[in-house]
Amino acid sequence: MSYIKKPLVRHPSLKTNQLGLTVRDYEGTMSTLCAGCGHDSITAAIVRAFFELDTPPHMVAKLSGIGCSSKTPAYFLSGAHGFNSAHGRMAAIATGAAAANRKLAYIGVSGDGDSLSIGLGHMSHAIRRNVKMLYIIENNGVYGLTKGQFSASADMGSKSKRGEANAQSPIDPVMLALSLGATFVARSFSGDKTQLVPILKAGLLHEGFALIDVISPCVTFNDHEGSTKSYVHTRKKQVPIVQTDFVPAAAEITAEYPEGSVTKVTTHDGATIHLRKMAADYDPTDRTRAMAMLRERQAAGEIPTGLLFLDPTGATEMHRGAKTVSTPLVDVPFDDLCPGHDALERLQAAYR
Amino acid sequence: MQHEAVASSQEHIQPSGEEVRDRTNDFAFKLANVNGTGSASANGLIMQAIFRMGIPVSGKNLFPSNIQGLPTWYEVRVNAKGHTARTSVYDLIVAMNAETYARDIREVRPGGYVLYDATWPLSPALARDDVTFLGVPYAQLCNENFTEVRERTLMKNIAYVGTLVALFDIDMDIVTGMLKEKFSRKPALMESNAKAIKLGYDYAREHFECPLPMKLEKMDATKGSILIDGNTATALGCVYAGATVAAWYPITPSTSVLDGFKAFCETYRTDKATGERRYCILQAEDELAAMGMVIGAAWNGARAFTSTSGPGISLMSELIGLAYYAEVPAVIVDVQRVGPSTGMPTRTQQGDILMCAYASHGDTKHVVLFPANPNECFSLAVKAFDLAEKLQTPVFLLSDLDIGMNDWVVPRLEWDDSYKPDRGRVLSKEELLALPTPKYYRYSPEDEHGVAARTLPGVHEKGSFFTRGSGHNKLGGYTEIPDEYQEVMDRLARKHRAARHLVPPAIIEKRPEATFGVVTVGGCDPAVREALETLEERGVHGDFLRVRAFPFGDEVEAFLAEHEIVYVVEQNRDAQLRSLLILETSVPKEKLRSITAYGGFPLQAHQVIEGIALP
Repeated sequence: MSYIKKPLVRHPSLKTNQLGLTVRDYEGTMSTLCAGCGHDSITAAIVRAFFELDTPPHMVAKLSGIGCSSKTPAYFLSGAHGFNSAHGRMAAIATGAAAANRKLAYIGVSGDGDSLSIGLGHMSHAIRRNVKMLYIIENNGVYGLTKGQFSASADMGSKSKRGEANAQSPIDPVMLALSLGATFVARSFSGDKTQLVPILKAGLLHEGFALIDVISPCVTFNDHEGSTKSYVHTRKKQVPIVQTDFVPAAAEITAEYPEGSVTKVTTHDGATIHLRKMAADYDPTDRTRAMAMLRERQAAGEIPTGLLFLDPTGATEMHRGAKTVSTPLVDVPFDDLCPGHDALERLQAAYR
Repeated sequence: MQHEAVASSQEHIQPSGEEVRDRTNDFAFKLANVNGTGSASANGLIMQAIFRMGIPVSGKNLFPSNIQGLPTWYEVRVNAKGHTARTSVYDLIVAMNAETYARDIREVRPGGYVLYDATWPLSPALARDDVTFLGVPYAQLCNENFTEVRERTLMKNIAYVGTLVALFDIDMDIVTGMLKEKFSRKPALMESNAKAIKLGYDYAREHFECPLPMKLEKMDATKGSILIDGNTATALGCVYAGATVAAWYPITPSTSVLDGFKAFCETYRTDKATGERRYCILQAEDELAAMGMVIGAAWNGARAFTSTSGPGISLMSELIGLAYYAEVPAVIVDVQRVGPSTGMPTRTQQGDILMCAYASHGDTKHVVLFPANPNECFSLAVKAFDLAEKLQTPVFLLSDLDIGMNDWVVPRLEWDDSYKPDRGRVLSKEELLALPTPKYYRYSPEDEHGVAARTLPGVHEKGSFFTRGSGHNKLGGYTEIPDEYQEVMDRLARKHRAARHLVPPAIIEKRPEATFGVVTVGGCDPAVREALETLEERGVHGDFLRVRAFPFGDEVEAFLAEHEIVYVVEQNRDAQLRSLLILETSVPKEKLRSITAYGGFPLQAHQVIEGIALP
């Protein structure tokens, strides 16, 4: 898809959403990533998720740092404001943006280099603050733009394109997020759009910080034998733990699932997330259990995917914690911000 | 036993034979204490009482980077003429820290006084026959009159306030009134304080000749003034400017900016009924994040700021460059401290001038405002937000520890309710739809200042654009084409040049017989003015210019051109303001002579006088 400029004409039978927009209205500029890059598949899933959520594009702010993944906000939602910032700083910039205007939807796209090295602190603190945003890590285990160095998510022993084995243990963003108290934690695979789209939708509507780690193979530097982030390896080792179905608040359809195998979680706006357990004893609302399961599965060389943890109690999102007014701060009139002349006069009595 | 000790310690005290001239409302004293013993409130009490007597006064807190136990000093200067720069000539010292006795006693000028705790004998080795020793057994008095251990320590300080009230003839009614104000809701504390003051006062009246030759007489010189520190005034400025998002990381000496902002917001911006807040303060994980948060909030349309000090600017520099290039407004308050590296965190310096002017990699130039006192901290903070949004660029408010953390007597802060924030060029939904072009382009067309219209997320789809720190052309699109890149960079340079007409002009004071000029910045102001007045009394005349902003206005260029010799007075080793003048004006560098002081204490007039070659 990378090198073919799409025609501007729209097929008359193209499906529209409730806003009368088509999927094409949620697309961005032409991708400049390598043909076959996993990131482009994620872009397509993001486009689909926003389309299905009937989101007005201009009500979305899309942010990123530096790296291949961070280029992708240009490739979706042309009608949204985008911010391609500095290496690792996206979480901080998104936090400030969210502080200023709580009515927008925030989607941050980052990579394993961006998030797990230079940006690790910022990502961790965005989790701690529970900033309402969808934070996607497009995880390929490698630095693409600087041509093939191991990233902090590269598994120990996995091999670089030149055959060198990685000697350091990886930082697992999912384990990290769980241990930091993240309220929404998922892992998916760029090659599994069926799984990814509902998770993206649920994450976008989550009332807090939603982390999705998406294994996204780098076709140029890390899609070879010996890589644990290749298409072949991921397809072979991926184990869906829960299957997610997302039902928006506006839709009246409820999915039917066999009793006992489905967990329903109602989100802040009334939408419902159905979590179908693939592992019979798995409870995706139990943080401790989720961590233990991940450890066990990963030790077995598997890549557990799905919505791994969702805090059903709705822990305090940043604005709720800060007791900020419901009106976005950017919309509060100046007169309500400036105490004025008389107040200053009164105040200065204390400085006599 | 203790009384005997007092007696013996006084045996070697020899009142000075030097005739002391009348020093009414013109003297300085120093209070030497131990950090963490509560001396700050005692010292502040004296300073405020003098201010309320209508006498120009300044208080300089010379404190260590430590919580408890190390020596700390507070210097007070009263001067009827209004010269309130720091002076190191002390007429009296209150020596409450035995560890620093030797140094403190040495610093009193001949004919001066040493007030000390005479509970224990003073070592004969410390004796000076040209000063008068006044011993008051503070520890003993407090032990006899207070039961709580903590109170016995704290009240020693309050007791010396009482002694000074007697020695300087401070208006006791004013002091009593202040205690009532301060402790109106804590009657027990008020009682203890009043008792301690009386102990010190009565002892002095009984044992010494009061008042001393250095005494106070009520004046009318502080009417219409307030006593405030720069960080508090800066915080107020940010509130009045309508800043809603503050992101910061704690660092001395800027922390009280955010403390103040928070306190004022709690008062003025919190709904009493619901507890909802019309502000958001983010204590970031580091300065990198703080700057990122400011950029994110400002990009979204909020007036956002951070406050920090030099080490924080070092960390923020990466994102300051991003804000400059992507043209995102940001206000950065830098309360300078001594560098390099960790330096001396509780000492003052003007060492960040060049760093702020050019912060970040690549070709970057920023707007920097230089307040000289708390009054300007307030007004220039408001100005900083207007400039940041009008020019869509980072703006520094470059204060320092002396301005930020010391109390200054300044004219009351003024506010005009007709003020409207200058949001710069921000397109509304209607304006976007009315654009003659089918699309909106972020960086084109520019106005006469080189500024293009921006749009805010969430307003309308037509206003959407992609902000990037990577190479972009005038339409906002990614580019690596040399001409397109240079076109944007040239516009940014034009924008910075245009800023010289928008920033506050320099303060200039000329003397008809002037033979040289003096250029200075920020908190050097009172010392340089005093120096010029003193020199004038000696028949040496110089013109004065204080820059208040970078880029420099045309008046700075003209002033430099008018004078054959220009002394540049600043508080850093490498003459950073001088370098900036050489780099950014056409002045021949030979005519700029540097006077620098950078030991960490506020500038003194004599340092300026000594630096000016007298005819």
